[in-house]
Formats: sequence, C-alpha cells, structure tokens
Amino acid sequence: MTTAINPLVILLLIPLVGGLILWLIPASRKNMLRWVALVTSLTAFGTSLWMLAQFDADSADLQMVVKLPWMNFVKVAVNFEIGVDGLSILMVLLTTVLTSISILSSWTAVQEKVKGFMAFFLLLEVGMLGVFLAQDMILFYVFWEFTLIPMYFLIGIWGGERKIYAAVKFFLFTMAGSVLMLAAILWLGVFKGTFSVPELTNIFGLLPGTAWLLFLAFALAFAIKVPMFPLHTWLPDAHVEAPTAGSVILAGVLLKMGAYGFLRFNLPLFPEIAIKAAPWFAFLAVVGIIYGAATAFMQKDVKKLVAYSSVSHLGFVMLGIFALNPLGLQGAILQMVNHGLSTGALFLIVGMIYERRHTRLMSDFGGLWKVMPVFGTLSLVIVLSSVGLPGLNGFVGEFTILTGAYTSVAINYTLTAILATVGVILAAVYLLHMFQHVYLGTVTHDENKSLKDVNWREIITLAPLLALILWIGVYPKPFFALMAPAVNNLVALMQPYLMAVK
Amino acid sequence: MTVKDFLSLLPHTVLLVWASLLLLVDLFIPKNKKAITAMLAGSGLLITFILVLRQWGGQSLAYHQMVVVDNFAVFLNGLFALTGIVSILIAYDYLNRMSIQKGEYYVLLLFSVSGMMLMASAADLIMVFLALELLSIPLYILSALAIPRSESAEAALKYFILGAFAAGFVLYGTALIFGATQNTALVEIVAKINAGGLDTGLLIVGAGLLLVGFSFKVAAVPFHMWTPDVYQGAPSPVTGFMSIGAKAAGFAALIRVFTLALPSFSAVIAPLFAVMAALTMIVGNVAAVSQSNIKRMLAYSSIAHAGYILMALVPYANPAAAANATASALMYLVVYGLTSLGAWAVISAVEKVDGGDLGVHDYSGLGKRHPWLAAAMTVFMLSFTGVPPLIGFWGKFFLFRTAIEGGYVLLAIIGLLTSLISAWYYLRVIVMMYFRDGEVEASKAITINVAAVGLAVLVLLIGLLPTGLFNLALQALANGMG
Repeated sequence: MTTAINPLVILLLIPLVGGLILWLIPASRKNMLRWVALVTSLTAFGTSLWMLAQFDADSADLQMVVKLPWMNFVKVAVNFEIGVDGLSILMVLLTTVLTSISILSSWTAVQEKVKGFMAFFLLLEVGMLGVFLAQDMILFYVFWEFTLIPMYFLIGIWGGERKIYAAVKFFLFTMAGSVLMLAAILWLGVFKGTFSVPELTNIFGLLPGTAWLLFLAFALAFAIKVPMFPLHTWLPDAHVEAPTAGSVILAGVLLKMGAYGFLRFNLPLFPEIAIKAAPWFAFLAVVGIIYGAATAFMQKDVKKLVAYSSVSHLGFVMLGIFALNPLGLQGAILQMVNHGLSTGALFLIVGMIYERRHTRLMSDFGGLWKVMPVFGTLSLVIVLSSVGLPGLNGFVGEFTILTGAYTSVAINYTLTAILATVGVILAAVYLLHMFQHVYLGTVTHDENKSLKDVNWREIITLAPLLALILWIGVYPKPFFALMAPAVNNLVALMQPYLMAVK
Repeated sequence: MTVKDFLSLLPHTVLLVWASLLLLVDLFIPKNKKAITAMLAGSGLLITFILVLRQWGGQSLAYHQMVVVDNFAVFLNGLFALTGIVSILIAYDYLNRMSIQKGEYYVLLLFSVSGMMLMASAADLIMVFLALELLSIPLYILSALAIPRSESAEAALKYFILGAFAAGFVLYGTALIFGATQNTALVEIVAKINAGGLDTGLLIVGAGLLLVGFSFKVAAVPFHMWTPDVYQGAPSPVTGFMSIGAKAAGFAALIRVFTLALPSFSAVIAPLFAVMAALTMIVGNVAAVSQSNIKRMLAYSSIAHAGYILMALVPYANPAAAANATASALMYLVVYGLTSLGAWAVISAVEKVDGGDLGVHDYSGLGKRHPWLAAAMTVFMLSFTGVPPLIGFWGKFFLFRTAIEGGYVLLAIIGLLTSLISAWYYLRVIVMMYFRDGEVEASKAITINVAAVGLAVLVLLIGLLPTGLFNLALQALANGMG
C-alpha cells in the first residue's frame, strides 16, 4: 500500500515538532507549556487512530512501510525503514494513549522546570514510537538507546529522594544489555548482508553455537528491559524514584519494549533456538511471577508494591511469549496492553494519594474510602483489573496466557503453568491486602480526614484507562483480531521446528 | 625544487611563514590588545585551511619522495587547522582570566599545527621525525604556559622528558629500518620489502620501535603514563588542543607507516595492535572511573579512545576490511576531536584561577546557572559514551563494525563492555550538573561559549546525518599511497 502521506512518519514527527515548539515558549508560561504538550500528545494519539483506520487487520504483513536510504556505505546499507504490523500496532496505540494521560497527570504534580519535563516527555514519545515502528536493526537500536536519555533526566531531575542512584542504575542496566545486542546486530548485518528485520527473518545457515550466542545477546538486552528475574533489580528503584508520569510510562511502555523485542527479534530471527530455550525462559518467567508477588506482599510502600507487581505481571507476559503457540502469544500481547493500562492506572492513583499526603506508606492510610468515595470506587476497579477479576481486562490476558502455557508444546512441562496459576492467586493476595489497608476500615489518621476527593482533571486522567479496562474485559475480540494474523504468521514460522521437538 | 614541490607544501609553508611573522608582529602589539594576535593567528589558520581544501583529490609525491599530498593528508590537515582555530577561540578568554595572556601562545600553536600537518603529509621516516619534533616542542612550551604554577611546570617537564624518549625510539627505529633497506622513503622501503631478501629481523625491530614512539604520542597503553599528569597540569585549552592534535598526528604517522606503507608486517604487528587496543580500552576506562578531577578523568578517557581507534586498525591487513579499518579510524578522529575539544572548552570556561573548580563535584548546579554550557557538556559526555543519535555513537558503530567485519568479535565486545564502564564516569558529570544543586560560575565570554555550543550543535547535527562524514573518511583513502 502506498499513500502519499504516511501516518507513521507524521506520528514520529509530531512529538518532535511539539518538543521544538516547547523550546520556543518562555519557561515562565507554565500553563501554555502544559497545553502545548497535551495538544501535541493528543495530536499524536489522533494520528495513531488514523494509522489504525488505515491498518488492514486481515493481513499479517508489515503495513504503511517507508524505506528511505539513510546510510549507504561500506557494502551494507542502513535504511530508515519503518512499518507497523499486528505485533506492534497495539504497542503504538498504548504509547500514544499513555503519553497523553501522563502529561495530563503531571498538570499540578510537576511545578518546577515544567518546560524541560514536557520536552523530555515528548522526546521520550519519539523514542518509544520509533522502537515499535523501526524495521531496520540500526534504526531500532538508535531509538532503543535514545529512550534512555529522556528517561534518565526525568528520573534524575524530577525524581524522589534516591533519584540519582535510581537514574544511574536505570541507565547502566539498560546499557549493559544493549551493548551486547549492538555486537549481535553488527555481526548479523556484516555477515548476513542486511540490517533490515523483514529480510533477516528466520536466519538459516548459522552454526548452532553462533545462533545461541546471538540469541542470548538479544535476549539479555530485552530480559533486562522486561525485566525478567533475576535482572529486575533496577526496576523497583527506578519506579519508586521516578515522578508519577515517569512511572506510568516506564511501566506502561518502556517495559513493553523488552517483551516486544523478544517478539520482533528473538522469535522470528532464531525460531529454533527460541524453542530450545523456551522451557528455561518459561521457568524464569514463573520464578518472576512468584518472586514478584511474594516481594510485593512484603512492601510497606504502595509504589514499591506496584513496582514489584510489575515484575510478577511481566512474568505472565514472558510465559505467554515462550509458550510459542497462538494462544500464549496473543495473550502475551494483550497482557502487555493490560499491564500498561492497569499498572499505569495504579501508579496514577498512587501519585494522586502522594500529591495529597506526601507519603506512600500503607501505615499512613486507612479508611480512605470514607473520605474519598469516588476515588475509592475508581481505585477498586483498577485494583481488581490488576488482580485479574473476570469481566475486567487482566483476566482475559492471564487466562489466555495460562491456556497457552498448559497446551504449549515448547514448554511441555505442566508444572510451569500450574505454578503460574498460583501466581494469579498471589496477585489477589497482595493487591487486596493493600486495598484493605489503605481504603477500608475506619479513618485511622486525622490528617486523612480532610482529604479532597478526586477533581475533574483527575477523573478525566483515569477515565480513558477505565474505559479500556472494561472494554477489553467485556469484549476483547477486536484487540485479538488486530494481532491474530501476525501472531499466526509467527507461529507458522516456528511450526517446522516445533514438529521436530515433538 | 620544482613548482609542484612548492605547491604540495604550500599550506604548510604559509602557516610556518605566518607563524614566524606573527612572532615578530606580536612584539608591537600592546599587552592589553592580544586579541589582535589571536585574530591574526586565527586568520592564518583559516587561510591554511582553505589552501588545504584546494588540495583535495590530488595525489603526488614531492621533494624527492619526502612528502605526499593525498586525500588522507588533506583530511587530517583540515582537521588540524580547524582544531587550531577552535583552540584559539577557547584559549583567548581563558588566558585572560588566568592572567597568562601571552602572544606566544598563538605563535606556538601555529608552529605545532604546522608540525602536525607535516606529520600527516610525511612520506619519509626522516620527515616523520622532523614533524614529530616540530609539533612536540611547541607543545612542551605551551604546557608550561601557566608557570609559576608548579603543576604546569611539572607537566611540561614530564611531557618533555617522555616525549624526548618517544622521539628517540622513532629515530632509532628509523635507523634500523634504514640499516635493513638503505632507505628512509616509505615508497622505496615498500619496494625493497616487496623485492625481498632483506634482514627481516632488523626491519621488524625497527618497525616495533617506531610503534613504541607513535604509541607514546597517541597515549596507548603501556605508553600512556605521562597522559594524566600532563593533561592535568597543562592549561586546559592546551590540553584540549593536544588531546586531539597530538593524538591525531600520532595516528596519522601510525596509519601512514603501518597500514598504508607496510601492510606486509601485519602478521607481527596486528596481534600487537590487538593486545594494545584491548589493554588501552580497559586501562583507560577503568582508571577513569575513580578520578575526581575532571581533567584527569578526561585524560584517562582520551587514553581509552586511543584504544578504540587502535582496535579499528587491527584488521588492517585483511583486504576485505582494510579500507574500512582506516576509514573508521579517520572518522573516529574527527568524532573524538569535535567531542573532546567541546568538553575542554567547557572545562576551560568553568576553571578558576589556581586550578579552582576542576573537580567533578564542582560542576554541581551548572545546569541551572549556565544552561547552555551544561547542555553542551551533556551532549559531549553522551557522545563520548556513544549514545545515539550523537556523533559518538556513529564513530563507535563504524569502529565496532570494522572490528567484527575483520573477525575480531572478542575485541569488539571488549570495546562495547568498556564503553559501558565509561558510561558510569561520563554520567557522573551530568549527574552533578543537573541532579545536584550548586553555585558554580563559568565564563560568560562569547568566544568560549560559542565554541562550546557550536561544537555541541555539530556533534548533534552530524549525529543525525552522519553519511557525509562517513563518505569523506572513505574518500580520504581513495587515492592514498601504498
């Protein structure tokens, strides 16, 4: 399909242009800065809907492809190649939705250096969209690394008490993974003669040892980002110290970049190795589910609890991916969206509490429902969505993943799926434990008696997330339909190797 | 001497004559009007730069095969002239603030640049030696410019003694190669080697001694010991100038002698390069981590970057990778040059009299007090780390790609992992500038700020569109000798 105007290019340009406009506005015009940033992010969201309208859900191919020569030297060309398919389209939409919501959520929470904050946020959006759209490995790597810079500053400047530690740890951990990925990318490019991902799909003729090393180089970069147990230690620090909007984007989108990397690179590029590695990754995923849940239960700080719940939830995503069957993969992609929505919303409500009380310790709260009934109701829906209550989005994703894991040929080890199911129960334990302590019972602290309930801006911030949570929970079919052809394509690619395993 | 001979060294000659005249003219310029000297020196370099550019595309040996004009030389000569101009921009305000404004700075700088240019054009080992001395001796004096500060004197003395050693190695190596081949012209040496029947042992020892001498200049491990002390003690603009100028000149000789002229030694030299590159990357980056003085930190960082460039040269004898190897080294010299000059401009702007505000922690709050300088420094630090889309990423991209193409995957991985280590200490500067509060003041002089911000813009813009620089580096080898 060729259109004169390509939505993807425009989508990448909008936040960049918005960022440049912000630069021209004086730093003292705080409200103007906020509005420009919000309008920019909403325009980007609108453009992503336009992309959705142009998207042919029945096709498994890359769509709206743009391929421009970028660097054509020394034999192997580097192209500016972008495109969208069923694996990435939901991630793109998630990015534009969560960026708008994050900017709205920082309206009053960020009062200092508003200009820099908004500018970094829009730059971050460019980087995230680029990661999901790039179809050239070098371009992908450029966007992948580029997201580090704005996030590093968002944590380091607007973060909490231990912001410096968290920011540097975040940067170094991610970079530690990606340097080896760069080596693998360069190796593939030089010896396979192209950096284009579609052209590289299913690489034949690699020595088994080499293929394993390349697979692991990619996997390390993505596993740190996801993060998979035991590479998760940067995540609680970064989440807790980041400003609310930063946590939302970090949990909502940046972690998905890791899971998406597995889908885009590890599975299609090295299907045979992926199948051999599947039981191990599934094992680590389950350890992550249980460990994340157990650690979350021990937390006194609500934000830390949510951070560890991410480790647990992303374990489900990884389990679904390495089930390597249509159910597991579809469930994983949907759960990536679900986690973005639910955990994003959880961070938002934690942010709202913190803005009012400047504490996040569970012991400082109790009986909030009585003081803030609207807030309590909204929070309950969000918490239950994260728990995985049937009728809400989390259930659909987790159920699909678990079905995929039980029937998985690649994992072929039922205990994995059983243990993962225990993880679902554990999620209910730590989240409801938190809910009970913070919201239910009598008001235990006098300071909490005069708290104001949520205002309209806060409701508008949460409303789109709640709407999506309900929509996916009740009628997930359109979401599955978007990704199904691409997922089936991916599974078909692996089928010959799966037969060999049987 | 023919007209062709004369034309081929025209830029060098103009610069040398200009410098000699400036030495006289400067006597008549009053002490408070040294801006005139600075401007005259700058225009001399500008004229030289234009003359250099006019030589692009030509190729000839001149003065009885003593010098060569080819794109390789033109590429580096252009870099040297521009480095000189930027160094003047950085130095003028710095020298004023430190009350060491002297006309000699500019004159010596011109002499040193002409030595560097001669180095890149040298096609004879004797010329290499002469160029080495012409570029080094002014640098020794420049390092001592801040006397009576004892660090400056110490730096100059150390640099002089070790530099003299290095020159001795080069000379001895030349003598041995002459002994083996009865020649010092590179073209003749290559012809003799190809003809065969030489005393290879003598040749290889000679080549090894040359390598030692050049390694001193580029600050490669284990010949790097002088670097931290000299970089720290010398006045900051001088350090900035030598960090790129002397290093690029050393690499010019190294590349010319070893990769363009003597690829037949590769069986012995390539493994040496590989070991030195690995050691240099590791030692430079690891030692930089524990530095609290920013000048020392960047000194170790400059050692590390020499390692990266050496890494690219390792596969120089592999015909499939040779052109890329040299081109990526050339490209990285530009990348490193822009970034390093910029960082030293910021350091010069922040530094106070008597070595104040040189600790990394002194940069606290720079982001708030001097947003432009801090933003520029951030760009330089991230470019040093190799974060896309800055120019430093493309430099490393090309280097690592070359190493992998040449089959040295392990070396590339060492390079990548040491980049990770380097992220730690480069980020520390950013942490100080933006994440901590402080009251640091910096120079508001227009020259130094324009230099810093201008270089940062270049680092960013070329980073977005790096193709031109890549192609330029590749073309620089299109008509090389050898």
